Amino acid sequence: MIKLIIDKKTVEVEKGTTILQAAKNIGIHIPTLCYMNLGDLNIENKPGGCRVCVVEVDGRRNLAPACATDCAEGMVVHTHSIRVLNARKTVVQLILSDHPFDCLICAKSGNCELQDLAHKLGIREIPYQGEQSTYREDTSPAIIRDVDKCIMCRRCEVMCNEVQTVGVLSAINRGFQSVVAPAFEMNLDHSVCTYCGQCVNVCPTGALTEVDHTNQLINDLADPGKTVIVQTAPAVRAALGEEFGMEPGTLVTGKMAAALRELGFDYVFDTDFAADLTIMEEGTELLDRLSKHLNGDTNVHLPILTSCCPAWVKFFEHQFPEMKDIPSTARSPQQMFGAIAKTYFADKINVDRKKLVVVSIMPCVAKKYECSRDEFKVDGNPDVDYSISTRELANLIKQANIDFLGLEDADFDNPMGESTGASVIFGTTGGVIEAAVRTAYEVHTQKELPKVDFEELRGMEGIRSATIDFDGLPISIGIAHGLGNARKLLEDIKAGKSQYHAIEIMACPGGCIGGGGQPYIHGDTSILKARQKAIYQEDAQKTIRKSHENKYVQKLYEEFLGKPMSEKAHHLLHTHYFDRKKEVFID
Amino acid sequence: MSSIKVKLKEKDIAKIQEICKSFDNKPGDLINVLHKVQGEFGYLPAEVQEVVAENLNVSLAKIYGVVTFYSFFTMIPKGKHPVSICTGTACYVRGAEKVLEEFKKELGIKVGESTPDGKFSLTCLRCVGACGLAPVVQVGEKTYGRIAPDDVKNILAEYEDN
Amino acid sequence: MANYKYHLLVCGGTGCKASESDRIVNMLNNEIRENGLSSDAKVVTTGCFGFCEKGPIVKVLPDNTFYTRVTPEDSKEIVMEHLVKGRRVERLLYVDPETKKHITDSKHMGFYQKQIRIALRNCGFIDPENIDEAISRDAYIALGNVLAGMTPEETCNVVKESGLRGRGGGGFPTGLKWEITRKSQADQKYVVCNADEGDPGAFMDRSILEGDPHAVLEAMAICGWAIGATKGLIYIRAEYPLAIKRLKIAIDQAMEYGLLGKDIFGSGFDFEIELRYGAGAFVCGEETALIHSMEGSRGEPTFKPPFPSVEGYLGKPTNVNNVETFANIPVIFNKGAKWFASIGTERSKGTKVFALAGKINNVGLIEVPMGTTLREVIFEIGGGIKDGKAFKAVQTGGPSGGCLTQKHLDTPIEYDTLIEAGSMMGSGGMIVMDEDDCMVSVAKYYLDFTVEESCGKCSPCRIGNKRLHEMLETITKGEGTMETLDKLKTLSHVIKDTSLCGLGQTAPNPVLSTMDNFWEEYLEHVEGHKCRAGSCKSLMQYIIIPENCVGCTACARNCPVNCISGERKQLHVIDQTVCIKCGTCMEKCKFNAIEIV
Repeated sequence: MIKLIIDKKTVEVEKGTTILQAAKNIGIHIPTLCYMNLGDLNIENKPGGCRVCVVEVDGRRNLAPACATDCAEGMVVHTHSIRVLNARKTVVQLILSDHPFDCLICAKSGNCELQDLAHKLGIREIPYQGEQSTYREDTSPAIIRDVDKCIMCRRCEVMCNEVQTVGVLSAINRGFQSVVAPAFEMNLDHSVCTYCGQCVNVCPTGALTEVDHTNQLINDLADPGKTVIVQTAPAVRAALGEEFGMEPGTLVTGKMAAALRELGFDYVFDTDFAADLTIMEEGTELLDRLSKHLNGDTNVHLPILTSCCPAWVKFFEHQFPEMKDIPSTARSPQQMFGAIAKTYFADKINVDRKKLVVVSIMPCVAKKYECSRDEFKVDGNPDVDYSISTRELANLIKQANIDFLGLEDADFDNPMGESTGASVIFGTTGGVIEAAVRTAYEVHTQKELPKVDFEELRGMEGIRSATIDFDGLPISIGIAHGLGNARKLLEDIKAGKSQYHAIEIMACPGGCIGGGGQPYIHGDTSILKARQKAIYQEDAQKTIRKSHENKYVQKLYEEFLGKPMSEKAHHLLHTHYFDRKKEVFID
Repeated sequence: MSSIKVKLKEKDIAKIQEICKSFDNKPGDLINVLHKVQGEFGYLPAEVQEVVAENLNVSLAKIYGVVTFYSFFTMIPKGKHPVSICTGTACYVRGAEKVLEEFKKELGIKVGESTPDGKFSLTCLRCVGACGLAPVVQVGEKTYGRIAPDDVKNILAEYEDN
Repeated sequence: MANYKYHLLVCGGTGCKASESDRIVNMLNNEIRENGLSSDAKVVTTGCFGFCEKGPIVKVLPDNTFYTRVTPEDSKEIVMEHLVKGRRVERLLYVDPETKKHITDSKHMGFYQKQIRIALRNCGFIDPENIDEAISRDAYIALGNVLAGMTPEETCNVVKESGLRGRGGGGFPTGLKWEITRKSQADQKYVVCNADEGDPGAFMDRSILEGDPHAVLEAMAICGWAIGATKGLIYIRAEYPLAIKRLKIAIDQAMEYGLLGKDIFGSGFDFEIELRYGAGAFVCGEETALIHSMEGSRGEPTFKPPFPSVEGYLGKPTNVNNVETFANIPVIFNKGAKWFASIGTERSKGTKVFALAGKINNVGLIEVPMGTTLREVIFEIGGGIKDGKAFKAVQTGGPSGGCLTQKHLDTPIEYDTLIEAGSMMGSGGMIVMDEDDCMVSVAKYYLDFTVEESCGKCSPCRIGNKRLHEMLETITKGEGTMETLDKLKTLSHVIKDTSLCGLGQTAPNPVLSTMDNFWEEYLEHVEGHKCRAGSCKSLMQYIIIPENCVGCTACARNCPVNCISGERKQLHVIDQTVCIKCGTCMEKCKFNAIEIV
């Protein structure tokens, strides 16, 4: 143990502890900006670049960055001496001097760490004004890059390269001109970007934000000629409350449904319904491939990979196109919902698909891109018209003066609002495969599951595996969340080393609960755990917890689709993938 | 953004592959590879960087990040006769700036540009280590020392014919 | 070398090569052959003699005759007169600027008299492309002795006892660095030679590598033995093609002779050296940035600790020393640590190489014992200020250093005294300035450099230095106020205090030192809108002196913006609102009728 003094208080810490952490242990919160520590996910960014966390260490010539300086025996640290306060203020003033002054209308206003810092440090003037670095703005289907606001914290670079291994973003140029950007400063939609949105989640300023669809939604809701229906993804209900000051992990399913109805949606549905549908299709596909494989059909490849996550789909299309026949062909729940809504449901209410607006509320920004994919359109009309994020929904509720906390719980509408516990857990890592196992087990063995909960599939480890006994048939399952972890499993498959029958992959750390469209967690990963807990809680509360027992799903097959993997189901609920290796073009 | 579009020929791609291979396709040798490739093509257009990225298994963004970090690497083709003005301290105090102005005026281009006919390009460099000859100008491989603004016309005239 | 009657040493350094010293070698050889002297005289291309001002240089041994500013066409005369007739070519001899006498023996030249050459011991004496010549001057003896009889610990101790400090700028004790690296446990360690000499106006390392590459190779091998490394890497600027070529030749020759490679001297010790190229980034002189660059990344520094000695190249313990530091090593082992420590001062041992440049008569490369005063360097070795102008300042330490003035001339050159005086040793650039240099502009010049070379990683350096540069720009335009000066100083201190690496931490030094030493010039710019050196264009006016103007119209005809009016044989007038201050009128006036105010 090492003993040191911080602001006249003695503190004892383990060797290797930083000054920042040691100070935190005794309740001293040294401000930071570039520093990021997503502890539970093992992600740390401490380039020591912003210099906001500098402290004075006796005997040291310069100020030391608290985030990157290890404690040493006998160290005497001052975190708020006049020298430190002046330096810290000056550094923030310098950063502000190269930052647009449009705080009032910035998408990040109120959620901006730089704004908070300026406020906290009582900055009332920017004495060092001069040239500001400017770059071209880039709008993609999901993410907007306004890098005039980039402060070179490099968090996005860490997420994109080290965590997701997508490699779209890098620091470019040198000195005053340096900024984080894609190669050749090309647009994101020309790059291998998966739109996972993890860069957006960690950006401290408004340099990276999602494309905002709320205005379009407001207009559509006001249009009497349109029928507007909404679907909400499972992870949204476990996080939306945070935007209204509720404890992380508070489930707001009922309030959310009530708020959506107040906003004026004609029908309030649930993506969970489509998640159950997904299990029917994907589970059947798994069993089909599995039995063929067991019967020695060499044309069938295993493992089967889940395909619900659009960022993951785009990832393998760019990075592993040679393996594009391995993932399940099942569309994501969002797209299954859209396809059914604009056929089955549109017929039911007798509305032309062009007059029916399908909106999704997603914890995700890649879903915005997914809606725009051509294969999910009929004569140019998309199955899902557009998707808005959890954050955008919260903003909309606030705009509409809805007292969210005071709302009475409401139910979803039918037929597409009914769901099982299996579909709710789609929102967390491990959930999709657990839901699939629940159904596949019973379909395959024709026996009832002795226990619905598969604890062995749950958790926060980046890569997990478990073997499930299908009544004598051991099924080996792999789970990865975060694309870097997914890459490892894919490399194994490519090398012929993979032992799995099925693998679940979600692009975002934690799964959809940590999606790129969720309320900002500002580095507090305990929030992800709370959301995960809430998801499992909702599952446990449900009376029906297996997808194949969803009455409305059963009815859908009876009335419309026939059976899973039928020709109609194939046409509406399955998809195909593209080789995007050569799609990156330089302009 | 690169304004120059180049279509690489098969043999160009093969050449880049060969260079990468000579460094065992090791990502750690990126800078050595870029030196060699630039030596081959004279500059590093986007398409060339793409081939390097693929062979070394390094993201294109990282390569672009490296190319734009080091002043030695360029994405703009040099002129047939690249003119470099040393702006090291010794040359600076002996009037390099005036010489530079004269070159800009004579060639009608800014630093980092090439003349429309591709004959000359103009760059500044920091100290070639020939401070005894300050101010120093290099045209291609040839070094000119103790240059006054008046000498600029004559230097350029040497390259009139080719 | 004894077989020939005469040796003609021709400088083959970058500077002299640029003045066609290659052709001089060819023509001398031709003349020698034609006169049947091939068995009497041998022409040797050597490294830099140091006296670049007077290059190309040809030195004739054994009589030490020192011919300066030789052209290829002089070759015939040198051979015919000196070699055939035994008479010196008087007109090519160095003329002492004070006595105006021709000096025949280079030993008597003021430029060389005060110098002690340790790091430069072989530069200008041997053909760097011939390992035998290096060996004839004791190369690889130290390595042989170390491998034959010293433990790694003893080897580190010799370097510690010598008191050698890093010559790259920081002045960290070299022996201590070796010892820390030696004590770091790892399966692989590395020796790195930092040859990314980037200070504008500094060419010490280049000259050593061009003139005596084996000194560095030998030292790296000794270091490898001392710290337990079998691999060495030289990170060298791509802008130094000649040094690269000679290093490659030297490495090949040393491998061939078994002085590098496997089982050196039969000791069982293996050591190999590879080259890595810099690509034009000054910040890569910083050791962590250098290591990232060698790993194929952007050369951005990282926070220390961990120091490279513990966690360096590829995460392994790495000892980084610069070229000049290494060049001292073999001599320390050959002549003893005590001998080395006897040279120099209490806190700074040995010698230091400087690249002397700027407004000085004898531009060149010099090596002086630590403790030599600036006055001795500038006025004795350097031969004083060019064109009889007045000395104003000397800049040491490059963009990290500061400008020292008249009052510092008797300061002994040491790591610590220079820092106390507000500058630093740096890697050895020494730029002399005269009355025509505006100190605000000089500060701006250095900031221009650091702004361009900042890696952009930390905000004080990325944005702060840019703001300093902008403020200096304001001042040189005559738009600064006392508040500007105030902010300039405050911000400089914060940047020093908060930047991530040495580049940022020292970038404001040129500003602070010029503010300290030339405050009145800053005041003049701000309050009087005047630049006494006449170099800030916005602050000066070209005016026509009525008494001298004869109305020849030369100024008006040549003015690029037609702002000069006046009839023939009448007084001319410059319209100040249009004048772009290009100075053409003044150059064209034959009657001294135009002056700057």
